[in-house]
Amino acid sequence: MVGNRDYTSVMARKGEIMKRSVGIDYSAFESGSIAFDYEGMMRETGYTLEEIIKIQSRAHVGNTPIIELRNLTALARKCAKPGFGARILIKDEAANPSGSFKARRAATAIYHAKKHGFKGVISATSGNYGAAVASQAAMAGLKCIVVQECYDSKGLGQPEIIEKARKCEALGAEVVQLSVGPELFYKFLLLLEDTGYFNASLYTPFGIAGIETLGYEIATQFQEKYGRCPDMVVCTNAGGGNVTGTARGLLKARADSIVVGASVNLAGLHMASDRQFNRKSFTTGHTGFGVPFASWPDRSDVPRSAARPLRYMDRYVTITQGSVFYITEALASLEGLEKGPAGNTSLAAAFALAQHMLKDQLILVQETEYTGAGKHVQPQLSFARENGIEVAFGDPKDEVPGENLILPSHPALIKATDVDLDHIRSSLIKTALAGGKVPTEGDIKFLAEETRKDEAFVKAIIAKLQED
Amino acid sequence: MVNKGTWVLIHKVVLEPRERASQIPADTKKVPLEMWIKGRLQKDTMIRKEAEILTRTGRKETGTLLEENPTYWHDFGEFMPELLAISDQVRELVFGGKK
Repeated sequence: MVGNRDYTSVMARKGEIMKRSVGIDYSAFESGSIAFDYEGMMRETGYTLEEIIKIQSRAHVGNTPIIELRNLTALARKCAKPGFGARILIKDEAANPSGSFKARRAATAIYHAKKHGFKGVISATSGNYGAAVASQAAMAGLKCIVVQECYDSKGLGQPEIIEKARKCEALGAEVVQLSVGPELFYKFLLLLEDTGYFNASLYTPFGIAGIETLGYEIATQFQEKYGRCPDMVVCTNAGGGNVTGTARGLLKARADSIVVGASVNLAGLHMASDRQFNRKSFTTGHTGFGVPFASWPDRSDVPRSAARPLRYMDRYVTITQGSVFYITEALASLEGLEKGPAGNTSLAAAFALAQHMLKDQLILVQETEYTGAGKHVQPQLSFARENGIEVAFGDPKDEVPGENLILPSHPALIKATDVDLDHIRSSLIKTALAGGKVPTEGDIKFLAEETRKDEAFVKAIIAKLQED
Repeated sequence: MVNKGTWVLIHKVVLEPRERASQIPADTKKVPLEMWIKGRLQKDTMIRKEAEILTRTGRKETGTLLEENPTYWHDFGEFMPELLAISDQVRELVFGGKK
């Protein structure tokens, strides 16, 4: 089938292209109004936890070690009140084949694609997920295309993204690099249509179920080693899949850990701005994805996202770019572990959060990522300075994303700032009702689940929206 | 002249500014959506001339020929003395100075 290839025509074919390339009929879970059957979608289109553990194990994914960071904990205790400073631990997800937890998502997506006879897979990502899809596709003998938003209009690209392109190519993938803009999705749809490949979206039930094993493993490993679950689990939050999958896995293991999402604060920078594209030092794990995706998960590349972080986050905190770089350096210097900065977003948050927890409590950072040329604190800081960002020591609270990058002059200045979740909840409800939709009783119940609140909360927000 | 069969990088404009989505920021709307892609050159072509390539997945793409045997140039950037200062500081705080 060949249709018109202009922007408007291709975007109009989005629904049919998606249906063919993901193999899920999302309409089966729709109610016809606002609500849709989220758990039904997860159950009927996904795999059981046991199946996924087997799939991942065959692909050398999972079972990563938990490492206690005794020296970083000692540093946190130097900054905390007496008796405070929980034990900080990390789950070393960099030990997965592609160097990050994203291998878990990719393993299930690629298994599904292969099982259903797809010849190849396509993924739209500039991050670790591309490398994960390329790695798993290589193992499965499937062709792989990774579409990246990579350069600004001057042809300048973040060293981290360039490194990711190299890694994808090293693992046999074709990398399509684009300049800044959401129309990446247009090229992505054209590629899906032209090749008939599987859409290895981050947001399908397979992608999310793939992370449930991470939460489940955390609970099992902690029970074995410490006889209890971690008191708090901190997850870097961008599109919401990491938080969603981890929390679902923890729940399946009946763990009662507090789940915290953490994002780098990039407030004020527009993600689709050509000029601002290279004025940020984090290409993922930041509020530019974290806040909009929490507020409205269905903005993703599938009709209904399986990543719905508001359903699972107990708290959502932000941390500054400079704080993450500081902690990345501290991790290397104190623990002998060199890891990529993006994965350390939640570590920087945990360093601050641990100081408000008792000494005998356990706080787990549930991922690390690989590091190397381009994807390392030094080239990323150096790139920032070359692009006119002021890099200086000071108080992280003075950091202005896109203008400066403040490295804390003392680790005690590293703070995790709570995001007002009720504000995000209210925003989600507002978007759901856009266009004057009148919610049914089922919709109210659904929105209560979406926001992890009760129906009275949803009704109160709706009443307030109607007043405004 | 770059020979047929050589691994090359090409560049193409995917959307001209006037074809871009309406909701994007003004600075992005002023510039085209560009694409860079690698593959095997399908016939002898001069640099900066229109070229056709076959990509890793066997797709045909056309665009301006930029580079033969494209190289990765990303590295560890310029040395950042600030990182050494952080290293010294955290070691001193935890282990007590230069012991």
